[in-house]
Amino acid sequence: MSALNTLTLAAARDALRKGETTSVELTEACLKAIEGADALNAFVHKTPEIALERARAADARIAQGDAPAMCGLPIGIKDLFCTKGVPSQAASNILKGFLPEYESTVSQNLLDAGAVMLGKLNMDEFAMGSSNETSAYGNAVNPWRRGNDDTALTPGGSSGGSASAVAADLCLAATGTDTGGSIRQPAAFVGITGIKPTYGRCSRWGIVAFASSLDQAGPMTKDVRDAAIMLEAMCSSDPKDSTSTDLPVPNFEAMLTGDIRGKTIGIPKEYRMDGMPDEIEALWTRGAEMLKDAGAKIVDISLPHTKYALPAYYVIAPAEASSNLARYDGVRYGHRAKLAQGDGITEMYEKTRAEGFGKEVQRRVMVGTYVLSAGFYDAYYNRARKVRTLIKKDFEDVFAQGVDAILTPATPSAAFGLGEMQDADPVQMYLNDVFTVTVNLAGLPGIAVPAGLDRQGLPLGLQLIGRPWEEGDLLNTALALESAAGFVAKPAKWW
Amino acid sequence: MSIDETTAARVAKLARIKVEPEALPGLATEFNTILGFIEQLNEVNVDGVEPMTSVTPMRLKRRQDVVTDGNQQAKVLSNAPDAREGFFAVPKVVE
Repeated sequence: MSALNTLTLAAARDALRKGETTSVELTEACLKAIEGADALNAFVHKTPEIALERARAADARIAQGDAPAMCGLPIGIKDLFCTKGVPSQAASNILKGFLPEYESTVSQNLLDAGAVMLGKLNMDEFAMGSSNETSAYGNAVNPWRRGNDDTALTPGGSSGGSASAVAADLCLAATGTDTGGSIRQPAAFVGITGIKPTYGRCSRWGIVAFASSLDQAGPMTKDVRDAAIMLEAMCSSDPKDSTSTDLPVPNFEAMLTGDIRGKTIGIPKEYRMDGMPDEIEALWTRGAEMLKDAGAKIVDISLPHTKYALPAYYVIAPAEASSNLARYDGVRYGHRAKLAQGDGITEMYEKTRAEGFGKEVQRRVMVGTYVLSAGFYDAYYNRARKVRTLIKKDFEDVFAQGVDAILTPATPSAAFGLGEMQDADPVQMYLNDVFTVTVNLAGLPGIAVPAGLDRQGLPLGLQLIGRPWEEGDLLNTALALESAAGFVAKPAKWW
Repeated sequence: MSIDETTAARVAKLARIKVEPEALPGLATEFNTILGFIEQLNEVNVDGVEPMTSVTPMRLKRRQDVVTDGNQQAKVLSNAPDAREGFFAVPKVVE
């Protein structure tokens, strides 16, 4: 058997059930890998005692023949998820020292399924960013490098720590969250699989809120089968989240046949962007050929409002963020600024939020405040919500024409260097999400699958977008793409 | 639509974020870049289009209007920067 920390969830699960290894052994292998990987800055709160305690409990369950899907499998949890008694600060200084008295529904579901939490993972502050550079913990680093060039690259964001940890085999899998591409873009940047399910599939309860109408949790894993296994364990109907669906959770893994004969795959012409690297264009074409060879029908489609998705997102997401982040006022939890003589409550709010929030979060909260302010609400916020209706309709129209899934590039570039975008204006960074953000606005499931390497030896991903609630079918198409692409490259260990 | 320093200061005030006066010009420039990007939305014909309220067609769930939780004062206060005698403590609010 290969090193235990490099196993997939499926392989580790099968080995555990056959008695070939134990959860304690798997967990110790991951903890050792984590100890040696501080240079990646992926795990920002390590919880080895909790991990070993849960591993021993999992081994006892397995011995009794009670081994649910994730039993004994060591995973990382993005810092955005509230975990009882364990620091959960959304990579923000304003939540420094916050110890939740409760467990998020998704991490509780994973705990109930026997998963072993190794610790909390780095991310962009409040999930606002595409490079993990807005984190209060400092940058997470991509385990991949450009050949022999030792420039530190971004693992993407916002789930950058999750991406880095899974790609570097520090854990078998990790949770992520995705508001505009925060699972799929980092997954593509590090050569792993990441799925954002349909809005409402995973409960948002206990996940620090960014933009509530867009946020969804999902798994980040080493392959498509693992994504199916972990997604099923994360999903549930939850009375604590009124937008969580009552639909039953399917057995996603059982739907993985790899047979996509007769399926129709749409190729949207609007995703062919000016200035897109030819390697990404070529990979996209190759991906379509692979699906065709597997028996799918490839059709050209149009999603005419694609161009307006990012501008609509940068109204709606900051608007919701400005409202959600109003709760950080220095009263109930987290940081409170030291006050000067004579300071009243307004000064307390203003100083606390200026000290606690980083620059990007402040910027988005203020943009959100502006677009919601008297006189601009209709011109910006309501207009953006109308455009969102049109973006969703674009997808409904092509699905009504018989399209089963849509194939697009996952990102407009491979991973870039940390600090390389420092002098760019904020909008340049926002363009990272150009292919992923439409999916959040339309509430659809989307998955990023690694499909090749670029000339510099960096992973590139393709994205498949599915019909609402049909994650099983989407995962099956992703499996066919994964099998045909045969991506097996791993980053050379330098850390 | 262009944002000047006065507007930037007003937005910062509304958002309850302290911004030093010397930071206002930079902030106004950033706002203008972002708003310039957002202005593209004006190209879209949205006549007769309903603003989206829920991405998944759904009726919000209802429940009985009864107390389902409570009596967790210590837990509620456990993360407060300043809690006294069972309350959150803040600077004087009313003169």
